[in-house]
Amino acid sequence: MEDTIAAISTALGVGAISIIRVSGNESINIVNKIFKGKDLTSVSSHTIHYGYIMDKEEIVDEVLVSVMKAPKTFTKEDIVEINCHGGIATTNKVLELILTNGARLAEPGEFTKRAFLNGRIDLVEADGIMDLINSKTEKNRQLSINELNGKVSNLINDLRDKLVGIISNIEVNIDYPEYEDIEVLTNEKILPEVVDFKNQLEKIIKDSEDGKIINEGINVGIIGKPNVGKSSLLNALLEEEKAIVTDIEGTTRDIVEGKINLGGIILNIIDTAGIRETDNVVEKIGVEKSMEIIDKADLIIFVLNNNDILSKEELKILEKIKNKNSIVVINKIDLEKRIILSNYDKKIIEISAKENIGIEDLKDEIKRIYNIDNINTKDMTYLSNARSISLLKQSLTKIEESINNINNDSPIDIVEIDLKNAWELLGQIIGETYTDELLDELFSRFCLGK
Amino acid sequence: MEYEVIVVGAGHAGCEAALATARCGHKTLLVTGNLKNVATMPCNPSIGGSAKGIIVREIDALGGEMGVNADKTLIQMKMLNSSKGPAVRSLRAQADKITYPQEMLKTLKNTKNLTLQEAMVEDLIVENNEVKGIITEDGTKITSNIVILTTGTYLKADILVGNTRTRSGPHDEKPSMHLSDNLKKYGFDILRLKTGTPPRIGKSSIDYSKTKREDGDKEIYTFSHDIAPIYDVNNQEPCYLIYTTPETHKIILDNLNKSAMYGGLDDIKGVGPRYCPSIEDKLVKFKDKEKHQLFLEPESLYYDDIYLQGFSTSMPKDVQEKMVHSLPGLENAKILKYAYAIEYDAIYPTQIKASLETKVLKNLFTAGQINGTSGYEEAAAQGLMAGINASLKLKGKEPLILKRNEAYIGVLIDDLVTKGTIEPYRMLTSRAEYRLLLRHDNADIRLRQYGYDAGLIDETRYAKFKNKLNDISKFKEYLKNTKITPTKEINVIFEKIGTPLLKDGIYLYDLLRRNEININTLKENKLLVSDFSKEVEEQLEIEIKYEGYIKKVEREAEKMIKNEEKLIPKDIDYSKILNLATEARQKLEKIRPESIGQALRISGVNPSDISILMVYLRKNYNE
Repeated sequence: MEDTIAAISTALGVGAISIIRVSGNESINIVNKIFKGKDLTSVSSHTIHYGYIMDKEEIVDEVLVSVMKAPKTFTKEDIVEINCHGGIATTNKVLELILTNGARLAEPGEFTKRAFLNGRIDLVEADGIMDLINSKTEKNRQLSINELNGKVSNLINDLRDKLVGIISNIEVNIDYPEYEDIEVLTNEKILPEVVDFKNQLEKIIKDSEDGKIINEGINVGIIGKPNVGKSSLLNALLEEEKAIVTDIEGTTRDIVEGKINLGGIILNIIDTAGIRETDNVVEKIGVEKSMEIIDKADLIIFVLNNNDILSKEELKILEKIKNKNSIVVINKIDLEKRIILSNYDKKIIEISAKENIGIEDLKDEIKRIYNIDNINTKDMTYLSNARSISLLKQSLTKIEESINNINNDSPIDIVEIDLKNAWELLGQIIGETYTDELLDELFSRFCLGK
Repeated sequence: MEYEVIVVGAGHAGCEAALATARCGHKTLLVTGNLKNVATMPCNPSIGGSAKGIIVREIDALGGEMGVNADKTLIQMKMLNSSKGPAVRSLRAQADKITYPQEMLKTLKNTKNLTLQEAMVEDLIVENNEVKGIITEDGTKITSNIVILTTGTYLKADILVGNTRTRSGPHDEKPSMHLSDNLKKYGFDILRLKTGTPPRIGKSSIDYSKTKREDGDKEIYTFSHDIAPIYDVNNQEPCYLIYTTPETHKIILDNLNKSAMYGGLDDIKGVGPRYCPSIEDKLVKFKDKEKHQLFLEPESLYYDDIYLQGFSTSMPKDVQEKMVHSLPGLENAKILKYAYAIEYDAIYPTQIKASLETKVLKNLFTAGQINGTSGYEEAAAQGLMAGINASLKLKGKEPLILKRNEAYIGVLIDDLVTKGTIEPYRMLTSRAEYRLLLRHDNADIRLRQYGYDAGLIDETRYAKFKNKLNDISKFKEYLKNTKITPTKEINVIFEKIGTPLLKDGIYLYDLLRRNEININTLKENKLLVSDFSKEVEEQLEIEIKYEGYIKKVEREAEKMIKNEEKLIPKDIDYSKILNLATEARQKLEKIRPESIGQALRISGVNPSDISILMVYLRKNYNE
């Protein structure tokens, strides 16, 4: 039997109450030992009880305790949830008491893991819950909830249905070759359908990549010569956003540098240490280092000095970032203009990080590039985790191969191999297998027989 | 023991099983109710068809009889799907219903170690869950080491026409009254199935001017890998195509309540196959279809019956008359035999191991319709495998279990023992996920070695096969090592063929990858010299043209095999895996899959159950 696990399941210090969840065979007994109120071992399932958490004779907190017995619980095990009214210190104290009375601290995601292993949720739901647990902004949370509600399953099922329509028609042609009243599918006939399918898939992938932005944020690299003002720019960007620069995953409240919430989208400033360091140490521009950052980042902010002329290295970098999402920022516009930037046709943002001028323009430009204001998560039915998006892309590749084969006039059963693979890949996203389903479709749609 | 093997039933499964064990040197008794009905075709007069034709090739590769027997007696031959890819091409023959059984009987009679006997088997001799022989209707006991049951549709068979139910086998043959009850007594779960057959029409009473003639192929084929074609390709019997009329539909719908399956009989339990529905079913399920296609197929050169394919029904005889007369060309047709449905007992095939030995009784094998299948070819394939595995068991060897990437026969048996079936199971190409590997053309390459190892392929046939393999590799060497250099003459030829001109030299092997190039075009233009056989050339051409796809499917198959190799310990106690979903636990307990791969294919066992099972195995068995 699995042991009993416990953890604080609300974000620490965020709400007025915190919930501690205990799951496993011993959960009711353990909580009962430290609970003053009704005898929890004799209450009915799915009931809530008022009382106190006691440390020996001393009251630790006034609480509401929910008792939910297996199997109709999230983990399919006995679950007790304690609603604490106190702050972080009190909640931690309650958790500590539970642990000393026989429970083990749950690993991150362990409740979900149990729910999955006990057959309570499927892989996609598990994925969605993990995303939800890890979500850091409101948009992100909505997206995770959508995944949880099975919207993804519906979307994928719709796609698979369309594909299975084409496949089963081809199959019928193969298994019943002499039925003249069944439409004989030729490559020419299926081409428009397959192309249409490809377009739909491409749109979902595009949307899903937006979803990835919502989930994982945009990795932003700030580069520029020493003393160009990278550090002050970073500080200016971070200024209003201190409220969210906490990590809610751990129990400590480490400050994570360089996370900026821009209209609900997280900007992860990469290599913040590097930015600060190079400002303090006088050194030649680290071109190599910059190149590394350019490769890693989704978006490059290249900072130039208004008060200085362009160096050879800077020209090199301008060339390099041409084909990437990038913004050229001219800092120190409060000083005399000496920079000459010809042959650069993209938008340039002029700022003074020190005087806090132009920071909004920069933010607007980022929003414009990623169309952030128009990413609407309310109706989001696209996929947001990397595994799903990767499967979607693999599926698209198969569809493209099948189109290729159609154009090369391959036999239709060869064309079908890729369509079937695409269908299976989509099935993997929602954890489904095939064959039987395919046969059922085949027989429900066609009239065949001896 | 009086015999090493007793085979009960002499249909397509029984004949293959008995021939296989006798040919492997085991003293075999074949018991049947009526020796005149050996290997009869009570339903359609054809052997093969989509996927089924490939099964016949596989039977032949393994050393079975069906392919040869069909070659000897066919009256029309067609290669189906010839315009599609190589994986789905499949032969279908119209076989003569008189000569097919005759030839099979001749072969049985001429086989050493094989005794034929007429009797009805009603019980088994069973000691300690092990079968020791059979008991016939009159109480006679005959002992044997192994019994193979191939009882077809004869277990408690009922013939259904309109509102009448008659206990009888096909063609007024005697059914087996007690065997299925006795099987139940020994612990088998019994399944009730049904199937149907259309009316037979007098050949001369049809007006063929209102039909469309369908001829056999002009190219000549055989099922067998060894014998030369026997039929006259220019003198094949035609089939004819017609369609139902609005009047046919009206007659059927007006009389629907008289059909045995639609209320004529209220005690029908049998589940019929979706892929061969009755004409009533077709009209009810597909209301919008204006007409349904029917084929008129000759049953034999030696009598008059025409098989009305697509018109199976369980209507009363008077309604059948009206229905038939509403069809174009059949206005004055004479019905020689009325259509009927038949209900019969079978066993749930999940009670059988992949060797076809039952899990319930040791040394008892079952094959054919008793295992829930439908079709002559499916039956013959199982009969052959039951025979081979009975022989291997007698010799103390491991059973021959064909994998899903090796043969349609492997797919068939794996589906049956893993997924079970609730309707008569028919093979379809769509059931085979690796069908690009399971082709008509490479059946011998896939399976002949197994047939030789089993003792069913003699040295002469084996040598011929080895030669073919040798030729294939020689031809491949030649194609891989012969380079064409870009000369003016060559590019003139290339321009004529309509293929990109050469700039650099190219090996024939690579040149053949081009869509517009095949071995024949190269031969015609004297760019390639080959005196290899057509089969050898075809083999290479398929290998080259579909290389990418074949490799892709092979990779898929490797994944499957990896899961097949993750064995589940035989002593596993599923009740100890608490987290399994109830349905999954029940299914796993019942089927007791040998591997994770097999477990994955059980319907009702979800991927999440498999992950739980894997976690349990890793924890408890260190795997």
